[in-house]
Order: sequence, then structure tokens, then C-alpha cells
Amino acid sequence: MVQALETDPRMDVILGMGTRVPSVPFERAEYVRADQTYSIMNRIVKATQVDTILHTFMITDSSSVPRRAMHEINVIGTMNLLAAAGAAGSSVRHIVVKSSTLVYGSAASDPNTFQEDTPRTSPVKNSVERALVEADGLMRDFAEENPGTRVTVLRFANVLGEHLTTPISRNLSRPVCPSIFGFDPLLQFVEEDDVVRALLHVTQAGIPGLYNVAAEGRLPWSEVANICGTRLVPLSPYSPFKIRPLARLFDLPAELQDLLRYGRGVDTRRFSATGFAYNATSAGAVQTFIRALRLRRQTGKQPLSYTYEHDVEQFFRHSPSVVSGGDT
Amino acid sequence: MASGRQFVDDKTRSTAIVPIRIAAEHADAPEDPRLSDVDEWGRSERTRTLARALYEPIYSKWFRTEWEGLEKIPTEGGALLVANHAGAIPSDAPVIMHGIEKELGRPVYGLADFFFRTVPVLGTLWARTGGVSARPANAYRLLKEQQQLALVFPEGTKGTSKSFADRYQLRRFGRGGFVEIAMRAGVPVIPIAVVGAEEAMPILLRLPTLARALGLPYFPITANVLAMGPLGVVAPFPAKFKLRVLPPVSFDVPPDQERYSKSRIMEESERIRSQLQESIYDMLRDRRSVWFG
Repeated sequence: MVQALETDPRMDVILGMGTRVPSVPFERAEYVRADQTYSIMNRIVKATQVDTILHTFMITDSSSVPRRAMHEINVIGTMNLLAAAGAAGSSVRHIVVKSSTLVYGSAASDPNTFQEDTPRTSPVKNSVERALVEADGLMRDFAEENPGTRVTVLRFANVLGEHLTTPISRNLSRPVCPSIFGFDPLLQFVEEDDVVRALLHVTQAGIPGLYNVAAEGRLPWSEVANICGTRLVPLSPYSPFKIRPLARLFDLPAELQDLLRYGRGVDTRRFSATGFAYNATSAGAVQTFIRALRLRRQTGKQPLSYTYEHDVEQFFRHSPSVVSGGDT
Repeated sequence: MASGRQFVDDKTRSTAIVPIRIAAEHADAPEDPRLSDVDEWGRSERTRTLARALYEPIYSKWFRTEWEGLEKIPTEGGALLVANHAGAIPSDAPVIMHGIEKELGRPVYGLADFFFRTVPVLGTLWARTGGVSARPANAYRLLKEQQQLALVFPEGTKGTSKSFADRYQLRRFGRGGFVEIAMRAGVPVIPIAVVGAEEAMPILLRLPTLARALGLPYFPITANVLAMGPLGVVAPFPAKFKLRVLPPVSFDVPPDQERYSKSRIMEESERIRSQLQESIYDMLRDRRSVWFG
């Protein structure tokens, strides 16, 4: 994301914040290491007078962090961020938040397609959805209280792509993949490059509002597995695989268990109307993911499009012998 | 804030080396490597074709279905089909869907309670063969945005759970929701009177306590079970099916309104109900035999 932002010459200063040191060094961007609740946000905003905050750290996968930490990050982190942005004399004019369609839940009583203003039909049952719904409420309150600040909330569908690892991608990369017996839900995905492009799109154009971001098309879980060449293993729909070890064995966090029953579809016309064009369809995202995975398997390593090697990089950047404009 | 730093030349920037595809790659629609033909409603034309092949003998040999006024159903554009509902496992829904798809060659989506979605296997089969949960948002999307045919039974389970003694007595038509949706979507309502479904699987007795315990809408003891044993749970009697399509009802109101007059909705709903009731009585007057029509 930061790399992409750096290409925009209009950006004066780019400031990265995170709990880990970034794996790829930035060119123009600076980096501040923070704790997970963004408690130093207030000071940073004051000191740097930033005008745009991109909040992309929201956790949408409950298996990646402990429950307590997720609440800290999604709710308290968002709260601190908004508090800093809304403080008296704040320079922040635009906040972009990366959220998830998980806020709609997944239940039998759901409509086929969720629009941005469609309410959930089922009570919040799991921790990640609770945290996201809570953060959603914070954003809404903030937008109401600070009409001078543009607030953009992007709700992304399940992300698949070349690099990202999620419970869904982990399941699909195994020879067998869980499904729930008798259910074959329709899922909608978004390709990971489209995620970055969507964030850039709203940041650069300064578009406020609430948008669903998901690629065209929905496909049944069986078809997803088919594209990926994995065999579905049906689990009993009545088995209590809320039992922790079993859920972990199959990489089935609570939010995925519901999704594998009833699926979810969202209306993306509002976001497309802002002038955004997707690079991939849902099926295309699945294919991109599995093609990258096959390549990784057959070469036996992680052929990410680029692996960072500090010395080589320094050479390319600063050595006078590298001819600018030459094909490196 | 002032930043004194120089902009880095494009070519030496990390993004020039670490490629990120941020430009739109496709001028037109991106490629879509789908393997199945399941649409966004979960309906699959292939599954439907298979289902039609299997159901055809039941439709034409067992029920010997006859239509009247099928030409009143439009070959394009959205319309809301409304019919009476009967039989413990109602055969009217598959007969109407099969008949229209066979004769007109266009899909019909059957709206029903979302309860079906919660049942393993059955829920998936239901969706693949054109079942959609009956929510106003779904009906609107089908009728207005996609201009499809949607079939709805406004009586709901009140129609299918009535006992044989109440046969052909239409129940209350819900709260008139189907009229409101047709108004909002700007499509006509086409009533279809069905005769035969009542006798295909008549309910003699209902066991409400057992139904509650099993979480079912109703638990019937049907004549079929008494006559055929376990097979009777699913097998209907070979009653003669006759369907009559009534003239389409259009509402003279603008679509996409926030609200529609509740009294107007109830009035239209009641009018459609009595029209259906009247033509059912009319068809029954002409019927000489339950089995031979």
C-alpha cells in the first residue's frame, strides 16, 4: 500500500504505522513502530499534521490473533485513531478505513444481496464480527460528529490472491478442504491487488462514504474447491466443531463456519459508480490464488514477485553505475 | 507541512522494482474462469434441466397436467406469479415451475420461507432448482432489476398445513406483501388457480407438539402415509392437475416509492384472493372426477 502511495507525487509525506517493522523498506515513507492500540496516535497526528489517515490494520481473521488482542486492535485501535483525528485543531481531513463484509454476518434469513444500508438479520455471534460491528459504529458516530472530515469505509469481501494467507486460502491449499455436509454456499471474493487499488482509488480521489468492495460474480464453495483442485470433506452440520482443537485442525474459525453454510453476497454497484473497475472477478481471484500456489509448490520456495535483498537493492538505488532508465 | 526532501526518480523507486499492479488491466470485462453455471441465486440451469427430465413423467403422466391461459404469462419482463398452495408436501410449486419452464422456456424462481435454507442437502437442492428465500429485497432484485418471473404463495404454510376438510378454502394472503413488492418493482401480478394439489397429498391430522419438538412448521399425518406406508411420506396421489392463468393485474402506481397506501395494498390483495377463490370454485364445478378431471 505504502509502495503504491509513494508513486503519487502529490503525497508530501507518508507515514507508516504498525506493530512490526515492514518487510519491504520504503522509499519516501517514514515508519513509526506503535503498539497495537495506536495509543501514540494522538501525538503523531499533532506532530506531523497529516491530512489523511489510512486505517488498514483491522483484523478480519479471528484465527490470526487472540481474541483479546483483536478487540484491542479493532475497537480500541480505531477509537484511538478517531480520537486523535477528531481532536481540537486536528489537521486530519480524510480517514479511510479497511473493514469487511463480515459486518453483515451470514445467516439463513439473509437477503441474497446486502446493500450498504441493509442491516444484519442475525445477532452477532463471534468475536471478530462483534469487533468489526463495534468499530463500524465508532466510524458512524465520528462521521456524524465531524462533518468536516471525510470518512471512507470500505467493506471488503473475502480476499484471495497471490500472497495473502487467510483461513480460506489455507484450507484451499490442502489436498482436502472442509465443507459442511448438505450446504454449498455462494461466496464472493476480491483479488488482493484490487484491495490495494480500491484503497488508492478512494484516497487519491478523496471519495467519502460507505462502500462494499467485492468482485463480480459469486461461486459455490464446491466450485471454488474445484478450481483449486482440492477435494471437499463434508463435516456433519450438527457436530459441535466449536470444539477448539477440531476447529483449529481444519482452520475453521467461527465466522467461516457460518459462511460455509449460508455464504454472503453484496451489492457493489455503489462503489463501481465512483469509477472503480476491478481487475479480477471472484472466480478470477480464486484462479490467481491457485496459480500462484502451484508455482510456489513446484519451485519449492516463495517466488513472490520480488524478494527483498538489502545489498542488491542499495546497489540499484545508489550505485552510479546503474543507468537510470536502463532495464534492470 | 514543509518537506525539503527531493522526490526520488521514478526508475529507482522500490515500486519500479517490486511490481504492484495498480493500473486497471482490462479495458473491458476481466476474464471469468467459471466452472459451473450456478447463478447468484444458487440456481443452476444444468441442475434444472436434469430436474425437468426427472420430473417430466410425474408432470405429464402422473398428474396429467393441463394449463389454461398460459399465453397470459409474458415471455419477457418481470412478473409476480401468485398461486394457491396445498398438500402436505405441495406439488403445485414444482408443477408450475416445470410447466412454465417447459412451455415458455424461461426460468421461474420460487420464493419460499428461508426455513429451507437451514436444512442440509434439501436447502442446496432447493436453491439449485430455483428456490429463493422470500424476502422483499430478493423479490425486488429478481423482478425489477433482473426482470425475471417469480412465483409466490401468499398463503405460505397456512395453505399447505390446512387439513383435507378445509380443501380449496384459501387462507389469508399474508399481509399483502406480494402486492407491495409488485407495486415497488412495477411489475404485474399474475394469479394462477391450481386444482389437484389438495388431493395429491391430503392432510388428515396434524401433530403440533411433534412439529415443535422437531422444529418443523407442521407435522402432518397424510392419507398417503396411511395408503402407501413409508413411501407415502414423499409420494403424491395421481390427482389430475388443472391450472388456470388469470388475467394479469397491474397497479396504476409509480414504482420505487418509499411507501404505498396500506389500505390500497390490502384491498388489492383481497381482490386477487377472491378472484383466485372464485376461479377455483368455477373449476371445481366443472370437475367430474378428482382423478380424471
